[in-house]
Amino acid sequence: MLSKRIIPCLDIKDGRTVKGVNFVGLRDAGDPVELAKLYAEQGADELVLLDITATHEKRKTVVELATKVAEQLNIPFTIGGGISSVEDAHAVLNAGADKISINSAAVKNPQLINDLAEKFGSQCVVVAVDAKQIFNDPTIQHSTFNTQNSKWFVHLNGGRIKTDLELFAWVQEAEQRGAGEILFTSMDHDGTKAGFADEALAKMNSVLNIPIIASGGAGNMEHIRNTFINGKSDAALAASIFHFKEISIPDLKKYLKEEGVLVR
Amino acid sequence: MKLVIINYGAGNTQSVKYAFQRLGVNPVLSNDVNEIFSADKVIFPGVGHAQAAMNELKAQGLEKFIPQLTQPVLGICLGMQLLCQFSEEGNTECLGIINETVKKFEPTLKVPHMGWNGTTNQEKNKVFNNKNEQLYFVHSYYVPLNKFTTEVCDYITPFSASIQKDNFYACQYHPEKSGKVGEQILKNFLAL
Repeated sequence: MLSKRIIPCLDIKDGRTVKGVNFVGLRDAGDPVELAKLYAEQGADELVLLDITATHEKRKTVVELATKVAEQLNIPFTIGGGISSVEDAHAVLNAGADKISINSAAVKNPQLINDLAEKFGSQCVVVAVDAKQIFNDPTIQHSTFNTQNSKWFVHLNGGRIKTDLELFAWVQEAEQRGAGEILFTSMDHDGTKAGFADEALAKMNSVLNIPIIASGGAGNMEHIRNTFINGKSDAALAASIFHFKEISIPDLKKYLKEEGVLVR
Repeated sequence: MKLVIINYGAGNTQSVKYAFQRLGVNPVLSNDVNEIFSADKVIFPGVGHAQAAMNELKAQGLEKFIPQLTQPVLGICLGMQLLCQFSEEGNTECLGIINETVKKFEPTLKVPHMGWNGTTNQEKNKVFNNKNEQLYFVHSYYVPLNKFTTEVCDYITPFSASIQKDNFYACQYHPEKSGKVGEQILKNFLAL
């Protein structure tokens, strides 16, 4: 049986790890390589590193990051941020990253998914999707009930730009084009520490045959249990709860085992 | 000890190199027949498409040469699959060291098989002697169980997690990405 995966996510800007609440108000949480090694030793199953540096030498900084992490880390890791071409992906994978994550670039140019899958194999192509639930009745902002009258729409640029892409149609298209994995962040849940978007995740699981990484909303260990059991997620990604030691990975693994969730 | 990683354009070459460097060994990356032939031990990595990989090996004159190696060889992931006779991936003729056909997973569960899974030992082996610990897998094709199987993993169907035939050792999982457990397997290979 395949284990459920715990994936700390490191947001990296100018070589340092940061994490914002709802992507604004960034806080500093240390050196990415040291933090990556620490998580690996504690039992993290995989890492995601998102480079949010905005410079003209973007590819160079991402490749440097991939190289430094690959030299030190003995578990798999994904690099995201600023990868928008086959050449970018090649440079990062060649440096030692196991997977690359693409988000806006895939929405703007869906053929990129096909090109990356053909060139490097689906197993290293993660399509990251940020989405918000939009209700037909605009007075409703958030509800776990009455979800029939809502649709999830893909958003770009950290949730600032709404697209016309419907979430479930988009992830199915991504799979058909060759994505090996979906990293789904609910913008409604991200930063709230109130739990993952398990209803949407379970629905996504029912329409896909590739693994799904749940992201956005982890506040405690029960939330992670719930996304595995109720959301049917294959992996759970979180940042601040790990960076600020609100949850330790060994404690989390112990708790999940007691709850009957298969983990390493 | 001279350790050579066959450098034919496989995706995980750097990761494998770094894994050995963390163990204090500095491998040579080479596609030169003489260099590989003179090695004490050889690593045959692989990530990607079977047909593309075989085309690279042929273009670099390595496909006839690899089966003739007599020193210990460790194939990893696609490197293991290429040791077989044939792969359903692109209907590719492979190196033919092990007379098996590499098959595609029936997608009754999610494919690729991606993540950490346990293995059971088929027999005592100097390299693959892991005790119920989990290892990191990423693959959509598998080597069926056969008389050279040393560890079994069960996902969709029981398949070969590792194999050994004479001096050829190979594993489907990625020891270079399997934490301390994977490091032990690499150490076992170095100690042969």
